[in-house]
Amino acid sequence: MSLAQHLPALQVVVPLIAAPLTVLLRRRSLAFAVVLAASWAAFAIAVLLWLQVGERGTISYAIGSWPPPWGIEYRVDRLSAFVLVLVAGIAAVVLPYSRACIEAEVPPQQQYLFYTMFVLCLAGLLGITITGDAFNIFVFLEVSSLSTYVLIALGRDRRALVAAYQYLIMGTIGATFIVIGVGLLYLMTGTLNLADMARRIGAVQNTRPVLAALAFLTVGISLKLALFPLHQWLPNAYAFAPSAVSAFLAATATKVAVYVLLRFYFSVFGQSQVFEELPMQQAMLLLALAGMFAASIIAIFQTDLKRLFAYSSVAQIGYIVLGLSFGSTDGLIATIVHLFNHGVTKGAIFMLLGGVALVMGGTSLARVHGLGKRMPLTSLGIVVCGLSLIGVPGTAGFISKWYLLLAALQKGQWWLVFLIVLSSLLAAVYVWRFVEAAYFREVRKDIGDAVLPRSMALPAGLLVAATVYFGLDTSFTVGSATQAAALLMGGLR
Amino acid sequence: MPAAEALLAALAVPLAGAMLIALAGRWPNLRELITLVTAVLLLACVLSLLPAVLGGARPALVLFSVLPGLQLAFKVEPLGMLFALIASGLWILNSLYSIGYMRGNQEAHQTRFYVCFALALAATMGIALAGNLFTLFVFYELLTLITYPLVTHHGSNEARAGGRVYLGLLMGTSIVFLLPALVFVWLLSGTTDFTPGGILAGKLGPLGLAGLLALCMFGIGKAALMPFHRWLPAAMVAPTPVSALLHAVAVVKAGVFSVVKVIVYVFGVDTLAHAGVTEGLVAIAGFTIVAASVVALRADNLKRRLAYSTISQLSYVVMAAAVLAPLSLVGAALHIAAHAVGKITLFFAAGAIYTAAHKTEVSQLDGIGRRMPWTMGAFAIAALSMIGLPPAVGFISKWYMLSGAMAAQQWGMVTVIALSTLLNAGYFLPIVYRAFFVAPSDGIPGDPHHHPHGEAPLPMVIALTATAAATVLLFFMPDVPLALARGMLAP
Repeated sequence: MSLAQHLPALQVVVPLIAAPLTVLLRRRSLAFAVVLAASWAAFAIAVLLWLQVGERGTISYAIGSWPPPWGIEYRVDRLSAFVLVLVAGIAAVVLPYSRACIEAEVPPQQQYLFYTMFVLCLAGLLGITITGDAFNIFVFLEVSSLSTYVLIALGRDRRALVAAYQYLIMGTIGATFIVIGVGLLYLMTGTLNLADMARRIGAVQNTRPVLAALAFLTVGISLKLALFPLHQWLPNAYAFAPSAVSAFLAATATKVAVYVLLRFYFSVFGQSQVFEELPMQQAMLLLALAGMFAASIIAIFQTDLKRLFAYSSVAQIGYIVLGLSFGSTDGLIATIVHLFNHGVTKGAIFMLLGGVALVMGGTSLARVHGLGKRMPLTSLGIVVCGLSLIGVPGTAGFISKWYLLLAALQKGQWWLVFLIVLSSLLAAVYVWRFVEAAYFREVRKDIGDAVLPRSMALPAGLLVAATVYFGLDTSFTVGSATQAAALLMGGLR
Repeated sequence: MPAAEALLAALAVPLAGAMLIALAGRWPNLRELITLVTAVLLLACVLSLLPAVLGGARPALVLFSVLPGLQLAFKVEPLGMLFALIASGLWILNSLYSIGYMRGNQEAHQTRFYVCFALALAATMGIALAGNLFTLFVFYELLTLITYPLVTHHGSNEARAGGRVYLGLLMGTSIVFLLPALVFVWLLSGTTDFTPGGILAGKLGPLGLAGLLALCMFGIGKAALMPFHRWLPAAMVAPTPVSALLHAVAVVKAGVFSVVKVIVYVFGVDTLAHAGVTEGLVAIAGFTIVAASVVALRADNLKRRLAYSTISQLSYVVMAAAVLAPLSLVGAALHIAAHAVGKITLFFAAGAIYTAAHKTEVSQLDGIGRRMPWTMGAFAIAALSMIGLPPAVGFISKWYMLSGAMAAQQWGMVTVIALSTLLNAGYFLPIVYRAFFVAPSDGIPGDPHHHPHGEAPLPMVIALTATAAATVLLFFMPDVPLALARGMLAP
């Protein structure tokens, strides 16, 4: 067997092995080198997998050669390959950035821990995405969550501890709900393999445990993806975690949770008539709309940029969930494209904010006065990404909005169309709060003359460029999303 | 130069110019030279396309596909040609004027100013040469964003407030109304290409057409239809060259140009006429014409008066297009050109008065014509054009609009035009009268508004004289704009 056949296993194993290595090595520069190599290797593997899936279709890999459904199956299809590229890609960009950032924000003796947890979290997120086994999803979810709690707690501000604790409680509740859901499904179908489960669920579709499983899974996953009103953990976690952590989490963690939701909704329950019993899609529609508006309005009144953009994330998750609530192909394309585009955009914003925190000594709106003069490129980058959040043409966000509007119009729901565009205007309001602070105010007197290290500026700039690039050339994003949506809709009878 | 290359160059030249201007920021003379050279080159590119377009060719260029079937594409047709000619031609004069104004008033951030200006022209070219509604929308939004730093140039609280209204209304209308309309057109037709005869024939009932038309017309906020007109006076906080080129030519004309383009090439004149859904639009435009004129009549601030005059004149174009008669459509296209040269002259004059005499209010202008004869002479000629009197080009466009309205028996429109002509005379002639025939008041010694002054700096006077001359010249030689306006309706 050649190495290429084992790529699915290596995708998770490489970062997973790197984690204990860093603990053994201890030296922070060595740890950095190991984790950098691991995350770049993971990105390369993800790209190779994406190419393989494009050529040959879904890849099924039996761990330890135990054939599914008895053994654990790793399953790479067009959707998971796309999400793998996003997660590994963001990690590959955030990691070089994190070195200078962590140097400034985390005590030296704890820095190797950051790298350990980072790569462990990466392994967990990649594992969730690649596995075809329901219980394995839970395991990797815990791997990524536990490492995330530590990552958040590494924040310099003491409130980071509270934020991590808050997320720990909420995350654990979410995980518990998920495992209850998975347990109920196992009870009824006798299998943990997702594909097998999908085949068997039709026979038991109207039983109460299956309906309960759907409800538990929905609530549990919604907690992890910070669907309004289960989002309370998110703003604090993003605001007080080290900047590199905020950037990585904002771009990947909630996106992977959306992926899990898509998997269960469309690949597993899509095979049954469960949705005729439980109107989950209507519920999702309402929660998505509520999130889009409530979180945007809250964002407008924030005084700290990290919190502002954290609430913006909650609102944008509303768009993502709105897309899947349509239950149409274009709606799913909107969801999958926005999952990627928002990941890139928000990753870029939080990376830039990390630079702002370093140079200006904080990210409150009062501190960034005159940012346009003090850090012209950083400031421009935040504006460009802000335009992407609004959905201005020429940015990635426009593409997502286009498909959302298309999906709403296909259903003939004009009221939804107007709600979508109105909520974009709310985004314009909070983005313009930043613009006015950065360009219409003078730089504060107490700002030092720190310079942004190039190792932070370049990766952030790369993601800003990607935000524009994916607004102009959509062959990768829309192409992958279209195929993934077709795949998911194929499962919907 | 082959047509496709010339087309690409028309987009690339101002972009390249912007970059060079940014690099040359430390050497003001070089920077201004680059601006002027870029402007001349741009006009040359656009002019090189003219013979082909007049000859019936439609040079086209597809840059790339953004989404499957949705391309960033360009196609030169007569109306776009006309708009591109006006914008690029007036940019040269405006650059000359800007040099005098920005230096005369010792404005800050001049490099940013010239960079944004060049970028705004690039966006305008994108709008003028767009081959489909999607491309037009992209550049329309870019134009809004790139002009925001120009509008808020002074960075004061007033500028910030003006910028909020400017951006809020322009971006708000385009996102809330125009974007859904664009997606809907795409969903209905599977294309957004500008096609003679439109792309919506038989796709929608009258009610649907009326709704979509409303979305498009209010969505194109740059056309300043009431009640979404407030951004225009708000944008007057900008330095005068910005008001002159952008809010008399590029931005507002991008608005009415898009209106005409959407009516002719997306909806199709026949489709709209058959469904009979444009009466409402005629009424709204008519109301805007009269109401804005009344506001202008009462405005003492000169730039504010000009701003409301612009709102009123823009609705001429919208109304003439909405009447759907061939002659009135020709008038609409012509009026885009006529109003551009006239209004830019008026703004130039207002800026010259501000630079030389530091006066901003109409009531301060007693006898100013004796000190600034060239400026006020140009102002008078342009005012004639606004009213629609010979020998100014405004007469020709008004003639066509009136003929079209009469041919279509739109007596309401005829009444509105007549009434508005009176109102125009009512708010422009008193300024001319004050300037030349009222003796200058002596004023209190030490009052900063009264100090000896002559004309504004030479570059400004040259620019405004040239645009005034163009107003007269186009009256005697309207052949090219007329041919282009007629070409628009050719199948």
